[in-house]
Amino acid sequence: MSPRAVQELQPASTDPAFIRNFCIIAHIDHGKSTLADRMLQITGVVSDRDMRAQYLDRMDIERERGITIKSQAVRMPWALDGQTYALNMIDTPGHVDFTYEVSRSLAACEGAILLVDAAQGIEAQTLANLYLALDNDLTIIPVLNKIDLPAADPDKYAAELAGLIGGKPEDVLRVSGKTGMGVEELLDLVVASIPAPQGDINASPRAMIFDSVYDAYRGVITYVRMIDGKLTPREKIMMMSTKSTHEVLEIGVSTPEPTPSQGLAVGEVGYLITGVKDVRLSKVGDTVTTFQKPATVALKGYSEPKPMVFSGLYPIDGSDYPNLREALDKLKLSDAALVYEPETSVALGFGFRCGFLGLLHLEIITERLEREFGLDLIATAPSVIYEVTTDDKKTVTVTNPSEFPGGKIASVSEPMVKASILAPKDYVGTIMELCQGRRGTLDGMEYVGTDRVELHYKMPLGEIVFDFFDHLKSRTQGYASLDYEPIGEQVADLVKVDILLQGEAVDAFSAIVHKDKAYAYGVLMTERLKKLIPRQQFEVPIQAAIGARIIARESISAMRKDVLAKCYGGDITRKRKLLEKQKEGKKRMKMVGRVEVPQEAFIAALSGDTETKDKK
Amino acid sequence: MLPVGTAERAAGHPFGVYLHVPFCRVRCGYCDFNTYTSTELRGAKQVDYAGQAQREVAFAENVLTNSGIAARPGSTVFFGGGTPTLLPSHQLIGMLRSVENAWGLAPGAEVTTEANPDSVDARYLADLAAAGFTRVSFGMQSAVPHVLRTLDRTHDPERVPQVVGWARDAGLQVSLDLIYGTPGETLADWSTSVEAALAMQPDHLSAYALIVEEGTKLARQIRTGVYPQPDDDLEADMYELVDARLAASGYEWYEVSNWSRTSTRTLPPAGSGAVAAPAEDDAARPTGTLADTLASADALTGPTTPASEFRSRHNLAYWQGHDWWGIGPGAHSHVGGTRWWNVKHPAAYADRILAGVSPAAGRETPDGESRELERVLLLARIRSGLEIATLSADARHEVAGLIADGLIDGRAALAGSIVLTLRGRLLADAVVRRLT
Repeated sequence: MSPRAVQELQPASTDPAFIRNFCIIAHIDHGKSTLADRMLQITGVVSDRDMRAQYLDRMDIERERGITIKSQAVRMPWALDGQTYALNMIDTPGHVDFTYEVSRSLAACEGAILLVDAAQGIEAQTLANLYLALDNDLTIIPVLNKIDLPAADPDKYAAELAGLIGGKPEDVLRVSGKTGMGVEELLDLVVASIPAPQGDINASPRAMIFDSVYDAYRGVITYVRMIDGKLTPREKIMMMSTKSTHEVLEIGVSTPEPTPSQGLAVGEVGYLITGVKDVRLSKVGDTVTTFQKPATVALKGYSEPKPMVFSGLYPIDGSDYPNLREALDKLKLSDAALVYEPETSVALGFGFRCGFLGLLHLEIITERLEREFGLDLIATAPSVIYEVTTDDKKTVTVTNPSEFPGGKIASVSEPMVKASILAPKDYVGTIMELCQGRRGTLDGMEYVGTDRVELHYKMPLGEIVFDFFDHLKSRTQGYASLDYEPIGEQVADLVKVDILLQGEAVDAFSAIVHKDKAYAYGVLMTERLKKLIPRQQFEVPIQAAIGARIIARESISAMRKDVLAKCYGGDITRKRKLLEKQKEGKKRMKMVGRVEVPQEAFIAALSGDTETKDKK
Repeated sequence: MLPVGTAERAAGHPFGVYLHVPFCRVRCGYCDFNTYTSTELRGAKQVDYAGQAQREVAFAENVLTNSGIAARPGSTVFFGGGTPTLLPSHQLIGMLRSVENAWGLAPGAEVTTEANPDSVDARYLADLAAAGFTRVSFGMQSAVPHVLRTLDRTHDPERVPQVVGWARDAGLQVSLDLIYGTPGETLADWSTSVEAALAMQPDHLSAYALIVEEGTKLARQIRTGVYPQPDDDLEADMYELVDARLAASGYEWYEVSNWSRTSTRTLPPAGSGAVAAPAEDDAARPTGTLADTLASADALTGPTTPASEFRSRHNLAYWQGHDWWGIGPGAHSHVGGTRWWNVKHPAAYADRILAGVSPAAGRETPDGESRELERVLLLARIRSGLEIATLSADARHEVAGLIADGLIDGRAALAGSIVLTLRGRLLADAVVRRLT
């Protein structure tokens, strides 16, 4: 007899004693989606024929990058010792940028599978999420995945996991999401060890929103975990943070296709559709109650998403600006954390200043804009939020170097983070060197297992958003992993460096940097631009300046020759076409004062392509 | 048949004939011209070529007549290559005769052939002159052996003064072609070549910056690092050097890469065929220059040729948008706003000609904006070629800026024409982009 449940339990009338809510905590490529797929298959909710690899990751980008951005919940039946259970698997985002979303997903569960690659061991982000899970009093089931790999070293990493969460190494379950080995035992363990949800069926209904996604056909789909009471179709619900009310058009569970039900009751996990079109009306962490029988106390833990990293996004083809606006408007419907406002740049034209939760969020949004909306974009160097106080005691919030006030500055404060870096112990020296170079101060260091070390640093976020992760990866052959969380602000000696072309500041290159690094930044950018900007008919000085003080200087000598020597009868057509092409190219030039700069030069300067090319 | 309207547009313009001779003894590493060595001919025979060219002349005569374009005598005839002088002189003369038979030659017509210094002798040049040739343009390129070697030029630099002497004895005007910017050529090397050319007192001089053309041996050698990339700044220095030396020696630029004697030279009687049509008016030429002084001095010494007569009238016709028919493989033609070009390979060309079909491979009639771009790009290259009044309003707005940037001559602009300054000639393409 297959362990599959013979009969499923009906939503809205399931005894909480037979419900198990859990999530999987795992690093990006440690096989969470594959394991989830296998569970869907083994419990029979997805037929083998319909099995699509990584079923739960709907978006292309997610599938390609192997990361889950948007979590979903799937209800799976499972029988143990003759009793049928309803298992709700809540998929969590795996990245540091989405810590808040992760925390809400965790709050919807009683237990978590800690999934670790048996060939790689635990990573910094997984550690961070593990802390969060323990903080939420979740029951942890440690699991090693990919034990079918030749490189797997399950004994070593079982010891490591046991060392982290207590317990014995032999209690660490060993599975292969790929082959399905150990997955049935894991499902049994979920039923046996994760506590059933608690709650009061007679209390005023309270449901916590742990995810909210926009669907082009259905509008916003809100994923909730029922804490108390019951919600039913056509009921009028109320969001406790905004007091806005909506009618429930559909309520149900994911199996994993949305399946309408007669409602959701205590302990259950499912979705609501109210017909709203904007995820901002259904915020992650908010409490849903009913209009008729409203709860008085909202569930704790709700907070507004707060952008930490800012960058200007510009269409490479200026005529795409309206399309970019439309695309952002659409993405906003499904991403409550995305904020943006129009911005213009001399170098890059019309675009948007966008706020993101972190670097990955920035990367994902730009990639979605490019892929789903067919836009070619350039992003300016990421910036963080600075509080600048001028001598006349005015405080300005600066998310863009162009907002940095002129004149005398009394102080500048910058956001700080606690960064945790996990890496093999051989790399400790090089990581310390990198972090110190980024104004990090070491807070502590501890061994994870026998050969890996977790380093804790206090660092300015501004140092992390500027290519820190790339450097970390390249210095550790990709072995280091990074996690960070905000820990307030510090006052620092920060200045704005402007890059001037023939005396005109190029806004896209202005940067707020530490005083000690201003010169290096100035030299870097002036040298880059000298290589990238074609010669003009006049000499073009390129300067880096702090206010009126020039700190670095290069110059592009004047072009002296721009003429085709020969132009006879047979050359005319060719020559005309050449000039037509040049004129076409000139139209795409950006003007900085009188200097014509090809957009590609700005893009290359922003992306640092020049140095990379030199290395090759 | 040429497109409708061609006849109207062609009316009143002078008519020239270009005859391409697509053969060379060796292919020079820098050359991307349509020319072939004996091993590359794929069955086409050099000896048959003159006859085929003459058939295309007859074909051209028919097309023009059938298109309703009144026969205009040839004002200029130009034999280019390749190496025209690889053919025996009687073949070149035969080709010239066919042109004469088809359209006649205008009084004082300019008849030029290009020549390699090592492919002609005194007898050959005398034959051409006797048959009506008026001008020979020698591919001197350089006087410095290592530069000639890099260019794959086979001639001995010592031979150039000799052939120039023979040409002059035959009564031919002499032009020398020089190339600068050859990999490895220094400013001193270039100066040596310029002085060597000046010592021969040519009537006309062309100096071209070496263009590295895609697909040539030279382009490969640069790509693979055998030779360095040409240096624009060095080339600009070289241009300034040759312009200064020529100006000081009585030559005046009339096109970006072409200079002609301003001092008139008494011609031997044999060259009397060249004493003809008056020079085009050169309104913006400054007065009181060395040229005028020399001209008035020469005026006292006997029969003279006007200074402007040393310019290549055939090439001026290209820049002024006149009409010409290009005979031969790969040759380009322009009649009344339509341009076309022949199939490139001599074998394909021979097939077409022998089958009695047009050798044209493609054609175009550039429209409004392209046409204006062509007009400006060509006329801006020649001194006083471009009248400001003929420019678009937008382009006229650029004129003040061009003066301020030192790219065009302010006084000439006030007088109504665009005359590039020295700096402007080096940046002529930038000027054209601003004027179109």
